[in-house]
Amino acid sequence: MGTSPAGVAGVQMRGFERLPWRRIILVVLGIAIVLVVGIGAWKTLALPAAEGGYSAAAWRDFVVEGVSQGGIFAMIALGYSLVYGILRMINFAHGEVFMAGAFGSYFFADAYAGSGFLNRSPVIALLIITGVAIAVSVGTAALLERLAYRPLRHAPRLVPLITAIGASLFLQNVFRGFFGPQPYGYPKPQLLTGGTTILSVPITRVQLLVIVVAVLSMVALQLFVARTTTGRSMRAVAQDSEIASLMGINVDRVIVITFVIGGILAGIAGVLFSLTFGQVQFTMGFRPGIAAFTAAVLGGIGSISGAALGGFLIGLLRAVGPPLILTGYGIPSVFSIRDAFVFLVLVLVLVFRPGGLLGSGEAEKV
Amino acid sequence: MRNPRWLAVAALLGALSLVAAACAEDEGGGGGGGGGGGVDCNTVEFGCVEVGPDDPINIGVAQVISGADATLGQDQVNGIELAVDHRDGAFDGTDGTVLDHAVELTVEDDGCSAEGGQAAATAFAADTSVVAVIGTSCSSGALGVADTILSDKGILLFSASNTNPALTAEGTHQPFYARTAHNDRIQGAIVAEFSLGKDVGAKTAATIADESPYTQGLVAAFEQNFEAGGGTLTGSEQVNSEDTDFKAPLRSLAEGNPDVLYFPIFVAACTLVIKQAAEIMPDATLIVSDGCLSSDTLKNAGADAKGVYGSSPDIAASANPFYLDELVPAYREAFNSAPLSVFHSHAYDAANILMDAIEAVAIENDDGSLSIPRQALRDEVFATKDYEGSTGTFTCTELGDCATDVTIGIFLAPGWPVEGGSPNAEAVYSDTKSLDDVL
Repeated sequence: MGTSPAGVAGVQMRGFERLPWRRIILVVLGIAIVLVVGIGAWKTLALPAAEGGYSAAAWRDFVVEGVSQGGIFAMIALGYSLVYGILRMINFAHGEVFMAGAFGSYFFADAYAGSGFLNRSPVIALLIITGVAIAVSVGTAALLERLAYRPLRHAPRLVPLITAIGASLFLQNVFRGFFGPQPYGYPKPQLLTGGTTILSVPITRVQLLVIVVAVLSMVALQLFVARTTTGRSMRAVAQDSEIASLMGINVDRVIVITFVIGGILAGIAGVLFSLTFGQVQFTMGFRPGIAAFTAAVLGGIGSISGAALGGFLIGLLRAVGPPLILTGYGIPSVFSIRDAFVFLVLVLVLVFRPGGLLGSGEAEKV
Repeated sequence: MRNPRWLAVAALLGALSLVAAACAEDEGGGGGGGGGGGVDCNTVEFGCVEVGPDDPINIGVAQVISGADATLGQDQVNGIELAVDHRDGAFDGTDGTVLDHAVELTVEDDGCSAEGGQAAATAFAADTSVVAVIGTSCSSGALGVADTILSDKGILLFSASNTNPALTAEGTHQPFYARTAHNDRIQGAIVAEFSLGKDVGAKTAATIADESPYTQGLVAAFEQNFEAGGGTLTGSEQVNSEDTDFKAPLRSLAEGNPDVLYFPIFVAACTLVIKQAAEIMPDATLIVSDGCLSSDTLKNAGADAKGVYGSSPDIAASANPFYLDELVPAYREAFNSAPLSVFHSHAYDAANILMDAIEAVAIENDDGSLSIPRQALRDEVFATKDYEGSTGTFTCTELGDCATDVTIGIFLAPGWPVEGGSPNAEAVYSDTKSLDDVL
């Protein structure tokens, strides 16, 4: 701090340099964003229905849909975030762990639908189907860890990252090889057709199930990590794995458990996703995987509550953001660019909070 | 250190010059053969394809043979193979010949995408033995990609299933591009006419397209004709074909309360839209097009598929006895399945038109080799007039549209003309239009 080595010119420049440019740019950017969002939203809401405006019912549906999608994203995002917290590594194959669970459960769901069991006792059938999905997802995640990541544990960080991308492509093509490229129709029990109204908001039963299950699983995860011994050792390994191992914690075991928990959540999410859309295909893990990864980064990667918050936010942003902000500017077919919109939001959030919404506040080198 | 390095460079240069000399000799030898039939292969634009005395005639086939749309491409590969089989006058499993040369099919995957079309076209453009290419499967693989790459080399690209209007429109048509598939200006017009007609009686319509030129061309043709016919458009959305959640765009379209929702997108996304539309706009009449007509759609959409209209070339109405009595049974026997899709017959006809043209323009040299002038081959195909194909009569226009009169049928699910529907499905509505009739 102090004198600039550049002499006289430096002295003259000093006052200029001292201005907090970073802060000024951020404030200007912030004001610009608020203006763009505000004007866009106001213009959209002022549009009459005949010119592309939306009714109150449409907004309600967008929000409900966004929250229910967000629940699924949140559950997948937790898998990214947990693994990142422990290993400082992005498990890009996590979307395929989700796909594997959904695909595995399809065969049971299809058989049960064929035999009528799915409609006779839907709760038991769904529990079995979910169990299968969890088993397949957990198996895939654990195998990934054992075969693809553990041998590279001490390699530079880029190596497991590339391996993860390779594993993702490998898993996709394994499923395509075995089951073909065509989509399979996923049955839905009678119990889950139709909808109800909660607080005068119409919601389909599937959406309700998704939201309830997502919230319950996240609460359970939070309790597990906060209250149990295993959860405590997970947190210890996340803080410093070497010290944790000196304290007698079996780090390999904790890492496996982390992948298993990610797999359980991905398996449940796979069933919820399949029930929502009624279709499984070998490519189905890619887009939700990207959305969930975005959610994990948005919320602050490595943070459990951050991933949950990020998931719901991404779901809402995807469903409500484009029509609310972009329609007002007369942009045609706003929904085709919702992924671009979500990434734009992510970039802007990271400008203001480099560590994500609930992250440490510092930039993580991903 | 210095000497060995120089040696290596010198050796490399030497090796390269040897290869170059060998190549030059090759070209000289080939070119010399083509002086016989009024065309001088050494001076004519784009030159000739030289086929050695014992070499087969190499026809490129760019079709989607992997991925979710593989049935579309495999169906056409099957059709082309049947055309080669029947070259000797019978479907007997032994291939016929063209001017006493065997026909070899080199199949490249076009992936039903612009990237795939580019890769396939680049491979064919680099292969000097390729006489012409039958393909691509999807308009996205041809438009601005394969049609341009191959036209620059003077290689004919002859498609049996590209239907996008821009491919044969003034200004965007590439000189070496032609097709036996219908132009979607016709399909879009007939769907619009059907929607406005007494079966549906629609006054308003909404549309969904995805990022592919196929869907955008169809939607544009439909919208133009629907408005020209007195209908009102209440909205149009564009979606991503890999997406799964179409509820938001559907909700937005539902605001306009359209009588008809037309979404000519591909199987996976199309099935999801059918299911989600059943929930969000149960009163709208749903119409799809041939990109969605598949047994997978019927199976996966289940009960929601009932009552969905699908438009497609009406083969049963336009086909001649040869198609029904010989081609389809031969297909079943050769490939152990019913036709996978609708374009095998267009591919069969394209292969035959191409092989006829090769016979007409190829120069037979004394040693039994052939010289096929590229420009003349293209002109011969474009001069096709009143050709009796397996599914209709073909007359090529200057812009490469060979199917000038097209019969499009509208089918009501589950009575779609696909496996798992009813193979002998009858259209609930069928109309024939020529390119001059439509906008």
